[in-house]
Amino acid sequence: MAQPRADAPSKIILEGSDLHRVVDRIAHQILEKTSGATGTVLLGIPTRGVPLAHRLAARIHAFEGVEVPVGSLDITLYRDDLRLKATRALGRTELPPAGIDGLRVILVDDVLFSGRSVRAALDALKDLGRPSSVQLAVLVDRGHRQLPIRADYVGKNIPTALAESVKVALTETDGADEVRLIGGLS
Amino acid sequence: MIKHLRSAADLDADTATLILDTAAEMAALSGREVKKLPALRGRTVVNLFYEDSTRTRISFEAAAKRLSADVINFSAKGSSVSKGESLKDTALTLQAMGADAVVIRHSASGAPHRLANWVEGSVVNAGDGTHEHPTQALLDAYTMRSRLGRLDGLKVAIVGDVLHSRVARSNILLLSTLGARVTVVGPPTLIPLDLTDKAQVSYDLDAVLPDSDVVMMLRVQTERMQDSYFPSAREYSRRYGLDVPRLRKLPEHAIVMHPGPMNRGMEIAPEVADSPRSTIVEQVANGVSVRMAVLYLLLGGK
Repeated sequence: MAQPRADAPSKIILEGSDLHRVVDRIAHQILEKTSGATGTVLLGIPTRGVPLAHRLAARIHAFEGVEVPVGSLDITLYRDDLRLKATRALGRTELPPAGIDGLRVILVDDVLFSGRSVRAALDALKDLGRPSSVQLAVLVDRGHRQLPIRADYVGKNIPTALAESVKVALTETDGADEVRLIGGLS
Repeated sequence: MIKHLRSAADLDADTATLILDTAAEMAALSGREVKKLPALRGRTVVNLFYEDSTRTRISFEAAAKRLSADVINFSAKGSSVSKGESLKDTALTLQAMGADAVVIRHSASGAPHRLANWVEGSVVNAGDGTHEHPTQALLDAYTMRSRLGRLDGLKVAIVGDVLHSRVARSNILLLSTLGARVTVVGPPTLIPLDLTDKAQVSYDLDAVLPDSDVVMMLRVQTERMQDSYFPSAREYSRRYGLDVPRLRKLPEHAIVMHPGPMNRGMEIAPEVADSPRSTIVEQVANGVSVRMAVLYLLLGGK
């Protein structure tokens, strides 16, 4: 997919407290749809899915006092485009001590686009254990799916053109909270 | 990323650190129920072993299999090599079979460099003569880093038959790239003269021990010795063998390493080899993780 040029025009979609409110809403929806988040594990997909998963767990704890275990799931070695690009460094896979067997796993990622990362995550998950069910939470859904995959929790739907790109920045990884649409003229 | 791993000198500090970091992620796999990753599915790795080897060959085989590569094991015994086939013709045969990587162990120093000119795939040096053994150096560095937390500024003594040791040569290159300070220790007859800009030299083991974070004992390679380099095994052992009294001279945190196979009672006393400060078994386990990292980084991408 063509990446917009670095100097392409860009527009901020979410910023600071807006982004916090979106995370709060997803946390509430998780509590609602999972009857209080019992038997649930949050697994963030590196890089930005991991801090998002930690934020969701912190908000869930603040709202209802439930401790939801958090882990990370690196999908690099399961990607279907591994061979098409230069070798990538690996991220960290770290499961909570109780593992994932028999639990509801909620995968957390920043942007849902083609759906290929999620497919890779599902493949990685099956080598790690057998969750009772798997759900998906994303901060941004930008459309253009190439696989039959949908999210259970969506922070914000952003209609995009293929030539555009969505860049999520988080304080933990980038120093600021911001969702930016790059390359669009609108 | 580099294409071949022929020498520890192929690695700059960033690449070497990337390999060690990747190995740390690969190591997490050994705790899993399904010890397999799909990264090299459909790729072929040939283990081309002209010299006897237990741990290195098995380690490379396990590493390739855990990454889902197809593995072809070739040992010179029982192959056309015993009918006189040259390395080049063997290489062209492997090329025709579509090997994506060739892991080579050969008694001739420089064989991996020659091989890299004849095959299109990646070449990994698994030990060539008295020259180099870069993946051993990587797994040693990995072991030091995981036991002691760092490599920069670490004081490493490499003791014994440095002259014939490809392990020592690769370790000196890699460790100096990564900022460790290496001292080689041994009888003057077994210390090469060309190392002095990368390592310090000492002939007195007892003087070096109290100031070392790591002691790496080397095997005395009698099979490569055409001359007599020391008067007797007993005398060698008395001056350069690591026994229990010498172990006590080491700082509290220091570790003892050996690339194996060991001559117990010669360069290392059995009590020392089996002590909790010895990392010898750990080194073998780390070898698989490090070789997985090397194969993934050489073959995983475009």
